[in-house]
Amino acid sequence: MTGSNAIRDTFFAECEELLEALIEGLGIMETPGHDPECVNAVFRTVHSVKGGAGAFGLDELVAFAHRFETLLDMLRNGEKTVDRTVMATLFKSADVLSDLVDSARSETQADPNVVKAGHDALDQCLSDAPKEDAFSFDAISLDFDAQPIQAPCPNRYLIRFRPHDALYRNGHEPHLILDTLSEMGRYEAKLNLDDVPPMSVYEDGCAHLTWHISVTTELDETAVQDVFEFVGTLCDLTIEQVALADDMDCKPSIPDSTAAERPVSSSTPATSPKAGLTPKPTLRVDLDRVDRLINAVGELIINQAMISQRVEELNLPSTAQLNNEIEEYKLLARDIQEGVMAIRAQPVKLLFQRMARIVRETSAETGKTTRLVTSGETTEVDKTVIERLSDPLTHMLRNAVDHGLESPEQRRASGKDETGTIKLSASHRSGSVIIEISDDGAGLDRTRIFKTAVEKGLIAADADLTESEIDNLLFLPGFSTANTVSNLSGRGVGMDVVRNAVSALGGRISISSIPGVGTTFTVNLPLTLAVMDGFVISVAQETMVVPIAAIFETVHPRREDIHQLGTDDVTLLIRGQYIPIIDVAFNLGLRQRKVPPEISVLLIVNNETTGLVALAIDDIRDQRQVVVKSLEASYGPVPGISSATILGDGRIALILDTDEITGLSVSATTMPLAPSQTSEQTYADTIQ
Amino acid sequence: MQTQSSDSPVHPFECVTFSSGEQVFCLEITQIREIRRWSPVTALPHAPGDVLGVMNLRGAVIPIIDLSARLGLGTTAQNDRNVVIVAQGKSNSSGFLVESVSEILAIGTDAIQETPDIKSDLTKGYVGGVIALEDEMIRVLNLDNLLQTETGAAA
Repeated sequence: MTGSNAIRDTFFAECEELLEALIEGLGIMETPGHDPECVNAVFRTVHSVKGGAGAFGLDELVAFAHRFETLLDMLRNGEKTVDRTVMATLFKSADVLSDLVDSARSETQADPNVVKAGHDALDQCLSDAPKEDAFSFDAISLDFDAQPIQAPCPNRYLIRFRPHDALYRNGHEPHLILDTLSEMGRYEAKLNLDDVPPMSVYEDGCAHLTWHISVTTELDETAVQDVFEFVGTLCDLTIEQVALADDMDCKPSIPDSTAAERPVSSSTPATSPKAGLTPKPTLRVDLDRVDRLINAVGELIINQAMISQRVEELNLPSTAQLNNEIEEYKLLARDIQEGVMAIRAQPVKLLFQRMARIVRETSAETGKTTRLVTSGETTEVDKTVIERLSDPLTHMLRNAVDHGLESPEQRRASGKDETGTIKLSASHRSGSVIIEISDDGAGLDRTRIFKTAVEKGLIAADADLTESEIDNLLFLPGFSTANTVSNLSGRGVGMDVVRNAVSALGGRISISSIPGVGTTFTVNLPLTLAVMDGFVISVAQETMVVPIAAIFETVHPRREDIHQLGTDDVTLLIRGQYIPIIDVAFNLGLRQRKVPPEISVLLIVNNETTGLVALAIDDIRDQRQVVVKSLEASYGPVPGISSATILGDGRIALILDTDEITGLSVSATTMPLAPSQTSEQTYADTIQ
Repeated sequence: MQTQSSDSPVHPFECVTFSSGEQVFCLEITQIREIRRWSPVTALPHAPGDVLGVMNLRGAVIPIIDLSARLGLGTTAQNDRNVVIVAQGKSNSSGFLVESVSEILAIGTDAIQETPDIKSDLTKGYVGGVIALEDEMIRVLNLDNLLQTETGAAA
């Protein structure tokens, strides 16, 4: 039983990869001037899913994959051209196929309506295919317009086909292949029996036959190669294009350009290149094993910190050899940790593909036409981050389509392309991952946001807010500008949920919006959740950690640079700029009174919304790598604290959230409010 | 930890009894991960009064709660017999500071009576039943309700 389960698991794991390749292939098909080979690649993925599903008796899946395959087959044969409707059907079918795979995996019933809709869409597409339409072939050539135009002039190919034993063993039938070739045009085949040994030494089960085939056809070489696509590795195969004596009506330039395109085409092996879809060799590992390893490495780093601390306590002379060894140990531990974390890193591609589906579905529901442009799909992010990003991203993309983009009529009226563009991009920037979602819609309606916030009692009616403060109102709990609760967004889960999800990952989200041009959401995430570099600091006798990435510089302030502002606030003059000084201990409620900044150490950090801020702490004690432990899972969110870590002495130190700690007093617009405060109070406190 | 009506089958019920706020409570033995001596914790800023802080339990960060304070019985006076009972809920564990641990009690589920219909909703939420043992009332704690306040209310 376990054996067959393992095979089944492998099948589904492969399905996942195949579906990924399928979506990617469809994406390529959508771009003008794509390689015609990608249609074949797409066909192969669907065919492989079908083949595997057949082996497991997943009839529903097989039936659907078969229909899907039929359509793809027509596309690659040129019986049908790729246009917008076809593309939509293809994407929809891919979605249904992936649903069917999911339900087969979980052994549940797929939503029959969805499956039926998928079948209907395919039927529709198949039925209006003009069979043997004289123009269809030209049309497909135009579609692949970056390719040299394959005018319908005959090509002659000489094929040498020598099947290996394995070809027969795998159940392939040479005569079926020959049949297919014979349907392509003028066909002639010779069977070479020279290799067949005399009966006296004949061994059963060995392949000895070689065919020499000549085909004259209007189809190009790829089409010929495709005939052999499933046996490519199971035979010796050469396909050679030869000049045709009666090749008079063809422009001479065409064979030339083909030859220039494929200089090795004279002996291209039939294992056709997969149009850039070839995956790198990978090793499939049980996730539990990786996680066990990661936990062990986490403990290793804590242990290393403990040993370092013990050694330090010995007060050895600085020349002691042990110090070097400890330093080496530290570096090794860090190397191991980075290597292990890299195992968990995954490209965001799969996530982006899922988002493409969300955009398609949302567009269909809202009657908008949308183009999703993705970039940076290869950016690697920790697996957990990817998993937990799915929900907030879904929400943001739905919002972008539903609220961000205008209706096609409005877009036309304002002189824009009716098709809205949504960009989704990922990139690495100095130790963090940036994900941007931008639309080219109307931008945020700040007047309406302000009005709504006032109506909901979130701010005072006479509050004087900057544009960015108004934008950030969107993130307040219970804020939703949608007048009607639509199917898609505005179910009461607003951007505050998105924001919470992002901050739970240790990330930040910010908005920028230009009226009439569009809105961009930027999500800034840490590369890994597990480990970070931090300053170990003391704050009112407590030991805490500040992420080094957040700190611009550290300052021992001079008395003359500190300026009182109003009754209670102090600012620091740094390079001609006054920035607020935040007393960390006071804001965390660890001290009842503020300490004069002159005797503090100031950490200059950049707050995403309010700019530079100086955090006043008592002392910086050390700089080290710390293992991040979530507080949310075991306790819940703590204002001003992002997570915790375990120090060398085994005690827990809290990790400061530098944004939130400033938010605790500077501006409440971006701050999840402490449970005891109501939003009105905080606003009233800060806005005047 | 449900109260049982008289016709339901009787199961053995093992629990650890302890005192907190001068009352005797118990938790089912399967819910207890370990019992350890009090050691200093790291305080959490802006935490409710009954949350003492967080503690390192072999690499895991767990919150430590003053049980007496959570039950509304005032804060636990620090002394040498204080222990922390680490309890495992459905999704998270927490440590409860109690005055002292008494004994392990093995009874049948039929000995657990429904919580008398008292006025305090707080107590009714936290106490899932009572056991009459000689002259003493042992209050069976509803661990899920006790832990729910953690991640729930703080969010």
